[in-house]
Amino acid sequence: MTEPTTVAEPIVVEEAETKRGYAGQSVPRKEDKRLVQGEGVFFDDVKRHNMGYVHFVRSPYAHAKLRSVDVSKALEHPGVLGTLTGDEVALLTDPFFQISSPPGAHLRDFCLAVGKARFVGEPVAAVVATTRETARDASELVEVDYEPLPALTDAREALADDAPLLHDEAGTNLTWEGVYEWGDLDAAFAEADRVVKISELHFDRFNSTPLECNGALVEFNRGTGQWTIITNNQFPGFAAIMMGPAMRVGLDKLRFVTQDIGGGFGNKITSHPQLVACCLLARKLNRPVQWTEWRTDFHLSMSHGNERWFQDTEVAVKEDGTLLGFRTTALDDAGAWLRYEPLGGVIWAQVTPGMYRWRHIRLDFKQVTTNKAPVSPNRGYSRMQHLWFTERVIDIVAQELGLDPVEVRKRNYIRAEDMPYETPNGCVYDSGDYAKMLDLALELVGHGGLEEKRADAESRGKLLGVGIGSTLDSGTNNFGQSRLINPELQFSGNNEVATVKLDIFGEIVVTLGTTPQGQSHETTAAQVVADILGCSVDDVNVRAGHDSYWNSHAGFSGTYASQFAVTGLGAVKGATDMLAVEMKKLASVVLGCTPDDIELAEGFARMRENHEAALPFMALGAIINANNAGLPEDLDVTLNCRYVYRPPFQPPDVERKFGNLTLTYAAQVHVAVVEVDPETGVYEIVDYAAVDDCGKRINPQVVEGQVMGATAQAIGAATHETFTYDEDGNLLTPNFYDYHVPHALDMPPLKTGNIESPSPFTSMGTKGMGEGGGAGIHAVCAALQDALRPRGNPIVYDSSNPYHRVWELLSDPESSRQRVTVESR
Amino acid sequence: MAEIPVVTAETVTVDVNGTTYEREVEARRLLIHFLRDDLDLTGSHVGCDTGNCGACSVIVDGILVKSCMLLAVQVDGAKIETVEALAEEEQLSPLQQAFSDHHALQCGYCTPGMLMSATALLRENPRPNDEEIARAIQGNICRCTGYWNIFKAVKAASGQEVAE
Repeated sequence: MTEPTTVAEPIVVEEAETKRGYAGQSVPRKEDKRLVQGEGVFFDDVKRHNMGYVHFVRSPYAHAKLRSVDVSKALEHPGVLGTLTGDEVALLTDPFFQISSPPGAHLRDFCLAVGKARFVGEPVAAVVATTRETARDASELVEVDYEPLPALTDAREALADDAPLLHDEAGTNLTWEGVYEWGDLDAAFAEADRVVKISELHFDRFNSTPLECNGALVEFNRGTGQWTIITNNQFPGFAAIMMGPAMRVGLDKLRFVTQDIGGGFGNKITSHPQLVACCLLARKLNRPVQWTEWRTDFHLSMSHGNERWFQDTEVAVKEDGTLLGFRTTALDDAGAWLRYEPLGGVIWAQVTPGMYRWRHIRLDFKQVTTNKAPVSPNRGYSRMQHLWFTERVIDIVAQELGLDPVEVRKRNYIRAEDMPYETPNGCVYDSGDYAKMLDLALELVGHGGLEEKRADAESRGKLLGVGIGSTLDSGTNNFGQSRLINPELQFSGNNEVATVKLDIFGEIVVTLGTTPQGQSHETTAAQVVADILGCSVDDVNVRAGHDSYWNSHAGFSGTYASQFAVTGLGAVKGATDMLAVEMKKLASVVLGCTPDDIELAEGFARMRENHEAALPFMALGAIINANNAGLPEDLDVTLNCRYVYRPPFQPPDVERKFGNLTLTYAAQVHVAVVEVDPETGVYEIVDYAAVDDCGKRINPQVVEGQVMGATAQAIGAATHETFTYDEDGNLLTPNFYDYHVPHALDMPPLKTGNIESPSPFTSMGTKGMGEGGGAGIHAVCAALQDALRPRGNPIVYDSSNPYHRVWELLSDPESSRQRVTVESR
Repeated sequence: MAEIPVVTAETVTVDVNGTTYEREVEARRLLIHFLRDDLDLTGSHVGCDTGNCGACSVIVDGILVKSCMLLAVQVDGAKIETVEALAEEEQLSPLQQAFSDHHALQCGYCTPGMLMSATALLRENPRPNDEEIARAIQGNICRCTGYWNIFKAVKAASGQEVAE
């Protein structure tokens, strides 16, 4: 057993000698010039001679045995180049590695359905043809004999004796369960003045729907046995370890290449099944194959966010609103397959107490499989669900005890002076001042004058409500947390890679292992490099995207889970610091002084005391790369430096489920003001403030852009976006007609603010912040509950509140109120 | 399944961004796939199957259209403008420059369509107000920015003051 992690030591990376000015400035983005001219290269823009187009045949049933799959008519169709079926896949590949301990470990997941289809939209066969249209037509000629089975669409029915069983191998729909308990629950409930009981809360199913769907162009090199996969998968490190063993090949046979990616938000992590199908087809047909997912296919089959029910919650609270602890059961609906799950069963624990000081917490996490699309990470992955729950609890407690939600938060927030703060489960919140953020957010919406605004709204027949969403964006995972899911797993820590080199004509070239989807890595990396090397951002050439051939990646490379500002820029800084040392060493040899006499500035390596004694970067690059005769034999300089950033983690204590699960904790406090029409339930967000703290901001404009984007997605999720299924397992929102994402006319006025609490644990004080923690969902739910208060105190119990649900709360507040009871002790 | 009918093809002649193209095209091929796959003009994008997202927006004979909602054969003889035409000799148009200045794009996937919608707006209405801008781009979905910076960029490109 390992010692529990306490406060981590700050990372030791050799400090650059001076801080120059680019870090902290909103320098223009390097990416923009190509993107605004339509000159980006997205995977679907890449073409190859003789390439075939892949179209997947998908199950129209939520649950059905596959009696037979007959591709003969499709193969006869003019223009069809070949097909792939589940029977072939079962011979050519092994099931994907399962993260779960038993019984989830027993699932046999292939790239196409084998034997049985388990959700509407599951691929059962693939057709390749000379054009997209022909492939799509011919897929209709594939004859699949289905034997429909009863479908399981409600997670709450998954454990019933007569529930349809998805996976015979597992023997149960309960594929993973873990009981988490810290502190002393009995003591906390004994100490409580009140116990607030909430029978059921529901976090709905949605995802971020990146505008570009999934896809790849896959080539197979018969001579070397290697595949080149030009794709938009956002976590090639994960895809590789899923695909290699399944395809029975070493990881070096899988070359991943990305350039521009049209949004990801976590939804592009689990495309590995389709990539395997493409690899098999490229090999089978001896030609490049291209797969571009249709929007409807994305909605039907890809990466839904985790739907979660919080059941039988009990909250121990003092009369004055001091929160002592809670217990609850989290019932998580994973959909049909565990493609990244059950990691959601532990990821939530990064933010176990939310932003509050309660120390006694028990959560029984039950994950079940259902006949719906598989879930996988979605911006705010698993923490967002839990943070929504804690925020709902705060507002329900405040309402039921007649307390002010602002005061309850301030009374219970972890305080600035408590930082770094160790949570009950051993996570270390690095820095922050939540109360100050709340004050700032309230000020931005003019909180002082809200009663007047309420009266004004009332005079217009509207109900005004104000709601707070306080949330965290935990970043830089310790993959050791996977051992709390499955103690057999041998993952821990994290890493990212950068190389920085000085080339023959003095070009500075940076390569990364990351796969950005709009996060501006080229720009922010160049800012860090330019500051260290004493040159301009324009002098730094950051290669776009990811290529396994660059050898600038490691096992966890990718762009996910709010970490680039820590892992990616940590790697960039490390490699650049190494290069700076080498440049000084080389210059000192040429100029006949010591390295300490040299400084890097204005594009030169020069003597500090004599700026005339200077070598341009071009001279240094040329000497090492092309003019190196006569250099000392022992001069260890390559001007091509590779650095692997590794955060300071220990494996967690599996027995106690205790340890530091993430390195940094960015915080967001949002305040929403809504006006509800009591006749119809139609509401409008009339004012909105988003306050962010992600420590040191390398590029404030880029940070603010991410804050805005996360806010918009959260507002969409709170108001309209939902993946709703009927009882037969048909998705009712399979495209942008039915699945309403925010449009330009939907956007409320937005006010942003920020504070900077540098992280003591990262080399530049930065924190990952891209996910945003779903603050908008929490804030809108709270605002609606506040607005509806005069109409019978209904309880907002769902994360998704389209107008009809608000109308239901207005017309029958009592049925929502039956979910809550308060016991006095 | 019923028999799939024989594919028919027609010759289409179009002017795209000042260049005349003549191609044999399947009758059912969408304009967006004609532009991207046949003419290799990959700046315009595809984000949905249903005409909702606007990533494929182009201007046909002066009218803003979603190019996934037209067949290629319907534009025979037309003059088409796509995002590739906005910059002149690598010099960004004021609108493109404003998008960069105001961080109105992140992943850049919706941007070509967004720029074409805003271009069409500014030709009709050189000084649009906030509501007019929102109305003009309501058919273009962006999942990264929340639109706020896009409103600013369009306003700035029209020479109006923008609050920071």
